[in-house]
Amino acid sequence: MSGAAGTSPPAAGRPRLIGAWRGLLDVYVENARLALNEQFQYRVANYFYMIGMIAEPVIYLVVWTTIAEQQGGSVGGISSAQFAAYYIVWTLVRSMNIVFTPYGWEWRIREGELSAALLRPIFPIVSDLGFFIGWKVVVIVLWLPLAALLALLFRPELSPTLLEICVFAVAIWGAYLIRSLNQSSIGMVTFWTTRVGPFFELYMTVELLLSGRLVPMSLMPDWVQTIAGLLPFYWTFGFPIEALVADLPADRLLGGLAMQLFWIIVGAIVLRLVWRVAIRRYSAVGG
Amino acid sequence: MQSAQPAVHVSDLRKTFEVPVREGGLRAAVASLVRREHRQVHAVDGISFDIAPGEVVGFLGPNGAGKTTTLKMLAGLLYPTSGELSVVGHLPSRRESEFLRRITMVMGNRNQLQWDLPALDSFELMRAIYRLHPDDFRRARDEYIELLELGGLVNKPVRNLSLGERMKVEICAALLHQPDVLFLDEPTLGLDVTMQKRIRSFIAEYNRRHGATVLLTSHYMADVQALCKRAIVIHHGRILYDGELARLGAQFNATKTIEVTLRDGAADLTPYGEVLSAEDGVVQLRVNRFDAPSVTARLLRDQPVEDLTVVDPPIEDVIDSVFAEARDLRQSEAP
Repeated sequence: MSGAAGTSPPAAGRPRLIGAWRGLLDVYVENARLALNEQFQYRVANYFYMIGMIAEPVIYLVVWTTIAEQQGGSVGGISSAQFAAYYIVWTLVRSMNIVFTPYGWEWRIREGELSAALLRPIFPIVSDLGFFIGWKVVVIVLWLPLAALLALLFRPELSPTLLEICVFAVAIWGAYLIRSLNQSSIGMVTFWTTRVGPFFELYMTVELLLSGRLVPMSLMPDWVQTIAGLLPFYWTFGFPIEALVADLPADRLLGGLAMQLFWIIVGAIVLRLVWRVAIRRYSAVGG
Repeated sequence: MQSAQPAVHVSDLRKTFEVPVREGGLRAAVASLVRREHRQVHAVDGISFDIAPGEVVGFLGPNGAGKTTTLKMLAGLLYPTSGELSVVGHLPSRRESEFLRRITMVMGNRNQLQWDLPALDSFELMRAIYRLHPDDFRRARDEYIELLELGGLVNKPVRNLSLGERMKVEICAALLHQPDVLFLDEPTLGLDVTMQKRIRSFIAEYNRRHGATVLLTSHYMADVQALCKRAIVIHHGRILYDGELARLGAQFNATKTIEVTLRDGAADLTPYGEVLSAEDGVVQLRVNRFDAPSVTARLLRDQPVEDLTVVDPPIEDVIDSVFAEARDLRQSEAP
């Protein structure tokens, strides 16, 4: 055994590195690939998960359709067919909106599981983003037959323009980014409180009311809509759905994307600042 | 030739945790709503040492001694409370990418691999995370697969591997970026003897081929004896010994064991020393190490000796006596 100091010159030098940007892209691709491989192994579990998830919008849809029919065909100018379109698109947006939650952060921090991520030369959120991107590909594949079934049952009215489709395609990823950044920042609360649940539940309640998840925001009072426009929630839920179903003018579509960009920048800055302070409190217990 | 700059430099390093304390029971739980009490735990209490590039050092101590806390500070997982710390010229707590590319940490009870997928998939993720050139990655991967005999394992989902197989794969994944410094925290924990040997010889080979610096904690003295010439013994966050493993016994062990085989069976040898055992004409005596030569001479002169050997006690016993000595010292210091 040659363990003495300096007696064994390296057999090989340092390994060569690829470029930083190519490396970053590689991390996203590999994480997404891992998620794809892993989640397709559990396609039955994922299917049941999806079926469970569409229960929520189907309830909303049945309630609003019934009310609309009782009120002569529409509520607040939204017809039964438009409600159907809203809530079917809702299911896709909701699936795209699923991110690594504060509960996941709580588990990582409390159990010391964050240690492995901290040893790697990459910000842990990058791996999370990549992994959930891969999962979303699985979700979209599984969503298609469910959406077709819902469309057959509820006959949605949907005739988007090319611009609306393009804005929607960008907006669902924008929504994903905003939610990922915000929920990761909330997860950091665990560094101080050990448990993040109550704080996260409060966040989810506010999101439910001000995002367009519970009802289309156009049915809310004007003052609620004004507040919602100033907060990030609407831009992660109502806006992507309305971009596809609500015939929004071009300036509102592009303005919505600009708001998403604004909230992505704010979310990234907040997360970076919180992380810098929070990580000093990590005790790596158990790990 | 020894490099001027140590791979690891630690000076007066301290880590203090503030932990909440309260009595059990409902009353204490209610009281804690109003007033919380905390206690300071000095996990690492002013330790200093340097490790030269390429050196393999055993970090020994009982549970709760501060070994893992020290390793975590060296790996950048924990912020030190105070003190100086440098690993390959970097301040670990900054966790710069260049630093993280040059170190690795293997924790015996942790799994970094994707549970449901073959290890090869996790290896690819490591390639991406460390931005490794594909050729260099493949060379390292294939080298480790051969050295660790992983050929039949890396294609199976990790969940289907045994503990020992998983640990081998884990070590492989942790070294794909060819780090210069290895922090190994109980890498053979829970493994059978054969697997322990395999991992030991792999670490020795990695050190030989790459000139890597290794700081190793293990409860298995065989690991330390096989790999390390130098040992650092830590207890209650303080260093009790830092030097050659071979001299640890000389410094801390005050006794030697004399094993005597008598020609005509058992005899009373208590006048020569403490009789540890006496079976089938073989007597084990514990004597003061400085008295060993004179006791040996007297035995050979006065007794019908057929065979006689003088041995140092096992290193485990030496370590135990180090900790016992430290415990006694603390108790005598206590008010």
